[in-house]
Amino acid sequence: MDLSGLLAQILNGLQYGLLLFLISSGLTLIFGIMGIINLAHGSLFMVGAYAAFLSVKSFGSLWLALPLGLIGGAVLGALLERFLFRYFYRREHLDQVLLTFALILLFEELRSIVAGNGFHAVEVPALLDFSVAVTRDFSYSAYRLFALAICLVLAAVLFHAIHRTRFGAMIRAGADKPEMVQMLGIDVSRVHVAVFAVGTALAVVAGMLAAPLYSVYPGMGDGFLIISFVVVVIGGIGSVGGAFWAALLIGLVDTLGKVFLPSVAGIAVYVLMAAVLLLRPSGLFARTQ
Amino acid sequence: MTAARNETWALLGGFALLALLPLVATNFYVTLASSALVAAMLALSLNLMVGSLGLVSLGHAAFFGAAAYTVYYLVPSGGSLSFLVTLPAAILVASLASLVIGAISLRTKGFFFLMVTLAFGQMVFFLFHDTKLGGGGDGVFFTRPGFSAFGWEIRLDRRARGVATYYLNLLLLAAMFFGLRALLQTLFGRVVAGIRANEHRMRALGYDVYRYKLACFVLSGALAGIAGHMWAMQKGVVNPELASWHNSAEALLMILLGGLRSLHGPILGAIAYTGIGEIADLLTERRKLVEGLIILAAVLLLPQGIAGIRLKRGDG
Repeated sequence: MDLSGLLAQILNGLQYGLLLFLISSGLTLIFGIMGIINLAHGSLFMVGAYAAFLSVKSFGSLWLALPLGLIGGAVLGALLERFLFRYFYRREHLDQVLLTFALILLFEELRSIVAGNGFHAVEVPALLDFSVAVTRDFSYSAYRLFALAICLVLAAVLFHAIHRTRFGAMIRAGADKPEMVQMLGIDVSRVHVAVFAVGTALAVVAGMLAAPLYSVYPGMGDGFLIISFVVVVIGGIGSVGGAFWAALLIGLVDTLGKVFLPSVAGIAVYVLMAAVLLLRPSGLFARTQ
Repeated sequence: MTAARNETWALLGGFALLALLPLVATNFYVTLASSALVAAMLALSLNLMVGSLGLVSLGHAAFFGAAAYTVYYLVPSGGSLSFLVTLPAAILVASLASLVIGAISLRTKGFFFLMVTLAFGQMVFFLFHDTKLGGGGDGVFFTRPGFSAFGWEIRLDRRARGVATYYLNLLLLAAMFFGLRALLQTLFGRVVAGIRANEHRMRALGYDVYRYKLACFVLSGALAGIAGHMWAMQKGVVNPELASWHNSAEALLMILLGGLRSLHGPILGAIAYTGIGEIADLLTERRKLVEGLIILAAVLLLPQGIAGIRLKRGDG
């Protein structure tokens, strides 16, 4: 493979990794702060992808869908927290697993009712349906660059919100010492609603960005969910920074693996995870306590 | 003591009822009941981890699938093979797989353990789905293992074969059940219960907790292997879905539905779940909707499972 081909694959890997970051950052925050194992997080990604598909089909545009997805996702997340997950913070892992598994089945059935069981390609928005010349003999899809940029912007906003704002301080404190935060007079349940809203919104937007790249199909949330779990494990639970680097690592390993070693690419990321667990059982980027 | 004796009588009565079923049921129901028994074996094997040890694994179906694929590898195309060969081989493969996966994933706890078993289970799924080891994403058919030994083969027509498989399933399930019951009464069982209650204390008492956990993991993998073998023997087809985490989650649901603090709970749960699935298929096209709502109801309303309902009434 020549250099420009390699460059394209590296960009693909980074873009895939950033998409994984949008999904896994919510997953890791929701577990880190509320202790909830949310298997339905992949379904939220799927909801986003199908919303994009329906939006392109009905209105011929993805542009309306993206901001609406951000808002709609946040509302959906807040509702799920308020009416369902809130009652499961103190329940056992088994109950959480089954609750969220039930949600997966219900979301899949909803998808089947609304959009059927077929595979659907989603058109790249006309505005971005061209290639950008990066070097003299290498050009790259404008939509992929756009997705990459949006992911980077969202990641930057998330990092800023967590590390530089008052609310972010509440989130970080809530993850470490929830009782203490409560005693300081901070309404922890508001923090919980916010974390669920943000996590869900990110997963939904990730699905919308992914729809033109991977098309939409039944059960598509599953694959992304499990890879995102691998990201969370490698990154260290509750660590958004860890999730960021782990997502890029997994994105590159998976994408380049598929190019150079196609026969073992499917299991390469799991082998990587096993290696990380043998060396550092609490993740590569976990804070030392 | 009378409570324990009553329980034994109830269990024997239950197994006797199951043994009488083929005398009155049509082929369709014998096959369905056979599937329920296989599901019960899977749920019972997983309950050794979840109920006895207190560790939730989401990769358990990997061992079920690995055992089923072992049958497919062993049976020569066009030929036949006795289940006396395929069953031990399937158990061996499932044990080895669970030894490797367990040795790594048991280094983690709680949430990590759940995710890691999920990821490894999915790895096995992809192994069968994507590589040449499997027969492709849609699965493969093969000749079912026969009832034969040392060159003698018992030739069975379709009905008799179904009934024979049913009784083999029932025999294996009963052996598994009473074997586990005896095992949990021994010192080993007490230590396992101790680890569930307080791992640090057991470690402080000098028990090598990791070894006990690994022993449980391998045993439960081996028992899942028996279930996987019987699945393959009954259906004569394997597909990657057998190893998928949805299958693991369904087994967890059966345990929760039946109640995880007893040994008969998972069996009741498996039978109930298989029955519910069948009724859902008869009444509606939307099986997942029914299943999803039932799980939701079970999680919200039945934290102790079906076995728990009866237990509560006994207490009051």
